[in-house]
Order: sequence, then structure tokens, then C-alpha cells
Amino acid sequence: MHYKIDCGALRYLKVPQLLRGYIMFLNMSLSSFLQHLTNGISLGSLYALIAIGYTMVYGILRLINFAHGDIFMMATYFAFYAMVTFLLPWYISFFLVIVLTTLLGILVEKAAYRPIRNAPKISILISAIGMSFFLENLATVVFGGRPKAFPAPDIFTKIIHIGSISIQRLTIIIPIVTFVFLLFLLYLINRTKSGMAMRAVSKDYETASIMGVDVNKTISFTFGIGSALAAVGAIMWGMKFPQIAPLMGVMPGLKCFIAAVIGGIGNITGAVIGGFILGIGEIMLVAFFPNLTGYRDAFAFILLIAILLFKPTGIMGEKISEKV
Amino acid sequence: MIKRKVISTLVVLLFLILFVLFANNYLDSYVVRILNLCAIYVVLGLSMNLINGFTGLFSLGHAGFMAVGAYTTALLTMSPAVKAQNFFMMPLIKPLDSISWPFLPALLLAGLLSAFVAFLIGAPVLRLKGDYLAIATLGFSEIIRIIFTNTQNITNGALGINGIPSTTNLWWSFGAAAFTVIIMILLISSSYGRALKAIREDEVAAESMGISLFKHKVLSFMIGAFLAGIGGGLLGNLLGTIDPLMFRFMLTFNILLIIVLGGMGSITGTIVSAFIITIAGEALRFLDETMDLGFVVIPGIAGLRMVVFSGLLIIVVLFFSNGLMGNKEFSLEKIINKFKKKPLEEGGSK
Amino acid sequence: MKKKLAILLCVVMASTVFLGGCKKTGVNTSADKASSDVIKIGVFEPMTGGNAAGGALEIEGIKLANKLYPTALGKKVELVLVDNKSDKSEAANAASRLVEKDKVTAIIGSWGSGYSMAAGPIIKQAKVPTVATSATNPLVTKGNDYYFRVCFIDPFQGTVMANYAFTKLNAKKIAIVQEVSNDYAVGLAKFFADSFKKLTGDDKAILSVSNYNTGDQDFNAQLTNIKAQNPDAIFAPGNFTESALVIKQARQLGITVPFIGGDTWETPEFISIGKNDVEGATFSTFFATEKPITKESDKFLTEYRKEYSGKEPAAVAALGYDAYLILIDALNRVGSVDSVKLRDELAKTKDFQGAAGVINFDENRNAVKSAVIKEVKNGKFTFKEVIEPTK
Repeated sequence: MHYKIDCGALRYLKVPQLLRGYIMFLNMSLSSFLQHLTNGISLGSLYALIAIGYTMVYGILRLINFAHGDIFMMATYFAFYAMVTFLLPWYISFFLVIVLTTLLGILVEKAAYRPIRNAPKISILISAIGMSFFLENLATVVFGGRPKAFPAPDIFTKIIHIGSISIQRLTIIIPIVTFVFLLFLLYLINRTKSGMAMRAVSKDYETASIMGVDVNKTISFTFGIGSALAAVGAIMWGMKFPQIAPLMGVMPGLKCFIAAVIGGIGNITGAVIGGFILGIGEIMLVAFFPNLTGYRDAFAFILLIAILLFKPTGIMGEKISEKV
Repeated sequence: MIKRKVISTLVVLLFLILFVLFANNYLDSYVVRILNLCAIYVVLGLSMNLINGFTGLFSLGHAGFMAVGAYTTALLTMSPAVKAQNFFMMPLIKPLDSISWPFLPALLLAGLLSAFVAFLIGAPVLRLKGDYLAIATLGFSEIIRIIFTNTQNITNGALGINGIPSTTNLWWSFGAAAFTVIIMILLISSSYGRALKAIREDEVAAESMGISLFKHKVLSFMIGAFLAGIGGGLLGNLLGTIDPLMFRFMLTFNILLIIVLGGMGSITGTIVSAFIITIAGEALRFLDETMDLGFVVIPGIAGLRMVVFSGLLIIVVLFFSNGLMGNKEFSLEKIINKFKKKPLEEGGSK
Repeated sequence: MKKKLAILLCVVMASTVFLGGCKKTGVNTSADKASSDVIKIGVFEPMTGGNAAGGALEIEGIKLANKLYPTALGKKVELVLVDNKSDKSEAANAASRLVEKDKVTAIIGSWGSGYSMAAGPIIKQAKVPTVATSATNPLVTKGNDYYFRVCFIDPFQGTVMANYAFTKLNAKKIAIVQEVSNDYAVGLAKFFADSFKKLTGDDKAILSVSNYNTGDQDFNAQLTNIKAQNPDAIFAPGNFTESALVIKQARQLGITVPFIGGDTWETPEFISIGKNDVEGATFSTFFATEKPITKESDKFLTEYRKEYSGKEPAAVAALGYDAYLILIDALNRVGSVDSVKLRDELAKTKDFQGAAGVINFDENRNAVKSAVIKEVKNGKFTFKEVIEPTK
């Protein structure tokens, strides 16, 4: 069946606009461009870390965990309270936060998703949305709606100068951490027994359970890892953008899911690639087309629709055949 | 049979007219406001139910259609003077800045525009399945909202529009609600409605029975969007002020809550739950305020109301996944039959 | 079973609607209000949502005023607080609730011009005198006889900062970074730009206007572009939430020029989030604790410090305090709770000695007051100078 592809949107990027962007590109100094690029890579890595959580859960349960963005938000609050109220040093706090967030993720799965695992897809999606709103409102009531200042330890926020670019130490640490975790995760999935269990369950969970895989444990494990990564992302996000609020997880959550879709949902490397495409793309959009800054968030959605229309399985995705 | 149906419909309509007359003259304006909201949410709930409940398309883009409807109606019904006052940053484009339409044509145009937008969105997107459709429609809804935030000279951007004439009153809202219900009933009981339900149950089977998936899905999407546009227009003219932030995902979620609670394939269910949720939303305000129980005063925690709401959604989905009425409708027949108590005859005579 | 439950719920709901909703004959008669022995003043502020900080500060001031002056016309004055949830339609609902359900005599609110404007038509129709605390957009009071405000308006505030930039900072070229989804920021940026262009006589004095959305956290792209343009100063009106991050990221990028802004910066979080990076940030606001203007200012300061153990009041708290006081004063003068009479008496207010300055209403019911410029010095908001309104 052939469907008309909607090119209407392109009409709005008028030619003068494009020309202006091109001129901007030519006039932009190398240092500005490199600055933009570094920022893009940094932002992209943060998106990647959170996108991995989405993609893992979707791979196993075919569920868009709308609450993932809010688990990310809760992690930032855990970190805040650990360091500010309990005055724990950062290395202890960070570790504690990861543990707590993992537990939260597993709890959410047990409470809201496990009971309706066999119900129609729509129910579980609604439950996810409901959980997301519940966490957001709970955070508003418990932590207060006013934004709080995230305590970033100086060791990370020190500014270093490379050539004419000035960046925080953090900006370099983030991509490195992301890559380390990506490698670790790939090893986990492909070389360990638990990883094999995860792959089995995501392929066909009934058969996997017949073959002796403890499906519930595997799913909990997946949620746990996804949440742990979200916690790492949350800590670094909090240090980079030191302001936390109950609704801070909404946009990043949506965008990271989109990143996962772009890269091929269910594929971890794809999620990372998607995260970088989104992060760098967003920054470049604002850099070259400053008049379109307002559309920055729309960029992610437009990319999403483009991918869904042209390559729905994403960049690294495999074809899904429909069984009749 | 049919005669009975027509009579009962007329009776219901008569009752509604009497009710509106009573409400306008005797009820508190605060209560009238709530009743207006209830009726508008009936329209919105039914429009979403057509797409999600009856056709089985998981669409999360409703807020976008409402935004189109609300802005269209507002821009058409406001007087040029009020418009000039609003658009102080960048003037409104011609010819919108000098026209002012009456309410009905404005609403109709709003609905038609929303339907048109639905067509543009639906044509490429409706072939996606399940979660992907959900996220794609959500994406489009956000794109519409972001576009409205940035088109300063059409929608006044982030500043929003104030001073919309409050033309929505009980006649309009209940009238629109009644109209929507009648349309829905006629649609669903026709062969078109059956085709939609078939698509919901099993797309592949429906297609192999000769039902054109594309045509039916897009049509259902467009009609749903048309009604949503009208609902949005009514809402805008009730609140008197709109801005893009109103049309975030939260709004779609509220309507989703209504149709899930009422039962996703049931018209009566949606009507009932629209009323319940709107009234509960206001009634539960006491959770946000200080509660004086006589012996202890519990200080009000702002936001507790929304926690309860979302908790409610999760509980409904976990335990009552079919909502209040599931797939069934309220029917006069069944009640009358209950009273007649026809004895069941076994095969052969007694 | 479920169907019966549904029918039961319908019946319950219908009966509450009818029983609870039946109107008493007559609309808001003053006899009704006067016969009860409390005077209700409604307060609608953002208590949750993105602007909860501002709302909370104003409520502190209002509650303090209520504590110190709990009576008017011999009756107890009761505050009815309703949350507008930092949302415009909720603001309209909140105002509607205060007017129709709680039947308040007067209203105070709100922080945020957008929310005040949303409530405007309801207030106008219900004819309930309302005093806005810190909403600075001119449209709040324009054309609405029942809306007053105890603060100055943005056209004035814009010129204040433009003047400061031109005369004190010797700036010839300025870049603007505005919160495009915030009507206050956009309005203020426009007034500033117009004023600055007139002062410099240079139409190109504003190098660029960059936008960001409420809730954005990453401004590196916009700031990198601004850095390349080399402005003398950067005007960044917007909520403190984003502004603190904007300045922080600018400093990290190596931008050293001064940042100037508007009254929304004056919250404790601006400094706690911005830390060292916001040193030197200058903005216009309504009130400075170091320069108490009237006797009421001194009283306000002492009582506030006592009540909120050592905290320094924000300017908007003083405005909330004044809004309450001016209503009480008008009530006592007019001797009745009749809304029309109260409104007229309020309009006649002359040289009212408020905590945040002397208040006189102009023909649009805006307070003609001086502005105060403050700077962040050593992690504290410190007073810089007073700017008198041009007559």
C-alpha cells in the first residue's frame, strides 16, 4: 500500500532561513563550532544513558516505560537529599543513589506492570502513564514544587580550557562514563548467562520460561539495570544542569525514548547512537538556526516521525515480521 | 422497537432541555461552570473513545486537535478590538485581525480544521501499530503545541489569548454533548461502526473481509478530531483564556482517564465517567486545603489531589481494566426486560 | 454489580449537584456578606507548579499582614487561599471559585502576569475588587476597573534597566536572552529593547534576541552564539529557575560581561543554584531591605524577621503585605463591604504608606512607585540605588 508522505513541513524551512543557516555555518569560527560540538556530545551521552533503560525494557516487555523519565527525576532527588540533608560525601551518595534507584525501578515493575502483564497492551501502557504521573505528583507533594539546587562537587565542575574552548571537567567525563557502561552492558548481554536469559525472554518469553528461565527474575533484573543507568545519567545531569524539579523528567524522558526508537528499539548500541544523534542535532539546530530555538523540542519529535515513516525499525533495528 | 427508541430519545432530550432551563435559573454560577465542564468533557471523551475505544487506535494526540479547535474558535469569535489588545508584541495576520464571527460557524470551522489536520497527520501515521502509533500521535500533538508557541503573529505565541468571549453556556455545551452522543450512536450502530469494531478486534481478519483499513481508520480519526476541535472551542470560550501550555500531554491524559474509567468501548460509560471525574476533580479540592476534622487539623498539602487522581488511574487499570461499563451500553430495553421478567422457556413447553 | 455501582454514583453525584448548588436568591448581596462576622479575602497564587516559589513568598507577606492586622470594620478578616497551580486555566478556575463559591469581598493575586490576566475577565464580571501583587504586565489592569496593582508596570521597569545599562554600564550593544514562553519575560524584553534603542539612538543596539523555553536546562548553544557577537552586557529576563542556569553556563563558556534582569530573579534559589557565577548580576525590583522607605517598612522588616526566624524578606513578600494592607485600609475608610463602593474607595487611595513604598494609583490603577536596583554581592542581594518614576 502506498501512502502519501507529508512534505508540508519542509515548506516552513524557507529558503532564506536555510541560506542564513549556511552563512552562519561559514561564518562560525572553528572554536565556536567545536564548542557546540563538545556540548552536543555531552548532551548526547546523557540522552544515551537514559535511552538504554527505555530500550532494554521495551526489548523485554514490549512496553514503553513512561515512568522511566520520572525514575530519572527521583534519582536526582535521592542524590540531593543524600548530599544535602544527610551530608554524605559524594562517592558514598552516588553509590547509594544507584542502589536506591535500582530498587525503585524494580518496585515500580512489581507494582504496576507485573499484575497486568497478560492484559491487552493498552492497559499496561495506561498503567505506565499513570505511574509516571503518580511519581511526578508524589514528588511535587513530598519534595515541594520549587526547584532545588543540585550540589555538584567541585571536582567535577572545574573549568578546563582546551585551546579556545572552555568546558567543565564534567563535559569530558560524561561521554567516557557512557562508553564504559555501554561496553560493560554489551559484555553483560552477550557473554553472561543473565544476559542470555534477557535475550531469550525478549525473543519469546513463553518459550524461555519453558526452557527454565526465571522470567520474573530476568525482567526485574532488566528493570534494575535500566534504572541503575538512569541513576548514573541523573547524577551527571544534575551536576551539569544543577537544578532539579519534580517535572524535570518529562521532556528528557520523551526525548530519550525517541532516541531509543531512532537507534532501533530493543538495541542497546542503537540507543546510544540515537542519543548522540538527538543531542548533537539539537545543539546544532539552535547553533545554526537561532530563530528556531523555540522549535528545539520539536526537533526530536520531527526526527521521530521521520524515522517511523521511513525506517520504523530504527537505524540498528531488525525487521519485525507480523505473525498472522 | 424503533418507535420505542425514538420515543425514549425524545424523552431524554426533553429532560435535558428542562434540566438546562432549571440550571440556568436556579443553580449557583460555580455549579453551572462545573456542569459546562462536564458536558465539554463528554464531547471530548466520546471523540477520543471513537478513535481509541471503538477503532482500537491508540492515539495520544488529542490535545493537539483541541488546541487547533480552541485557537480557531477564539480567533474567530473575538472582537477586533480585543484582538488588537492581545497582540501587542506582533500584530495578528490579516484577515484574522478584522473579522469576528458568530459562535456556531466558528465552532464548525474549528472542527473542520481539526479534521483536516487529522487527515494530514493520519494519512502517514495510521499504519503504525500500538505503541508506535501512540508515540507518533503524541509527537504530533507536541509539534502542534510547539508550533503554536512560536507563531507569534497567529496565536500570540507563549503569551496566549485573553478575553475570549464567554459564549459557552449550558445550551451550547449540553447541546454539543447531545449532538455528539447522537452522532456516536448512529455511527456505531451502522455498518461503518461495525467495520471499526472489526478493525479493533483483528486488523488482518478485517482486511481480509474486504474492509479498507486506511479509509476507515482515517475517517474515524478525522471524525474524532472534528469533535475534539469542537470540544476545544467550547472549552476555550468557557475559560476565556488559552495558551499553548494548556494543551500538553496532561490534557490528553485527563481524557484518557475518563474513557478508561468509563470503559473504552462504551458510550454511556464515557458520559458517566466524564461527569464523575470532572465533579470529583473539583470536589477533591479539599485534599489540597486544610482539613479541620474537629479534633485535629491536617494542613493542606498542595498537589495531593493529583496524586490521588493518578493513583486512581493505576488502580482502575490494575483491577477494573474494563472500566465501569466495559463494552456494554445502557439500554432501556434491558431495564424494561428486567421488569417484565419473561420466564425462560426450556426447549418444549412447560 | 459494577453497573449498579455506576447508577448509584450517578444518583449521588446528581443529588450533591442539586443540593449543594441551589443558589440563594439574589447575587452576592452586601447584606449577605455584612451579616456574617468575618470578612473573607481571597488569595490566589501559584502554590504548586513551576512558579510555586514566587507564590510562596507572596503568601508569606500576606499571612504576616493578616497576623498583624487581623480585623477590619470590627470583624475578623479571613484569608481564603486557592492554588492556581502555575496554570492559566486553573487561575481562571481559582478566581471563579473564590468569587462564586467562597463569595469573597476582595481578592489578592497573583504572582505572574499571565495568571492575573487569565482571572481578569472573571473578576471584571463579578465586580470583585482585586489587588495584584507583583504582576507587571500592563494588560493586567488595562480596561479592567476592578483590578489594581501595588507594583510598577513593565514599560517602566524596562526603561529602568535600559537606563542603568546605558548610564552605569556604558553599554552600547546588548544581547537579549528571553524566556519566550513567559509573557512577563517577552513583554519586559520588548520594553527594554525599545527603551535602549531610543537611548543609544542606534536601531542595531540590540545585537540579537535569543529564545529559550520554560523548563529548558541547556543554553550553551544560544550562549556560544552570543559570545561570538561580543555584547557589552546581556539582558536576560526570565524566571530565576532558568536565569540562574543561563548565567552559570555563560560563565562556564567564558563570557565575562555583566548580566542584567528583572524582578523575578529575587528568590533564594537564584543564589543557591547560581552560586559564585551570579555574583554581580543586577536587576530591578520593588523593595530593598537596606532602604526601608516608610515606617511600615520598618515594622514589616522586624515582624518578618521575627516570624520567619532570621530570613530576609523578598520584595514580593513586601508587595503581598502591602496588597493586604491597602485593602484593609480601604475597607476601614469606606465602612462597608459593598464591592462597588470598595472599588471606588480603593481608587481614591492617596499616598498610602506601604512597606514597599508609597502607593498612589494612576488612571489605570497601577501604582506609581520607584524601582530599586539590586546586585548580587558576596552571595547576597544588596541594594544599589533607587530610581524614581518619571512623572
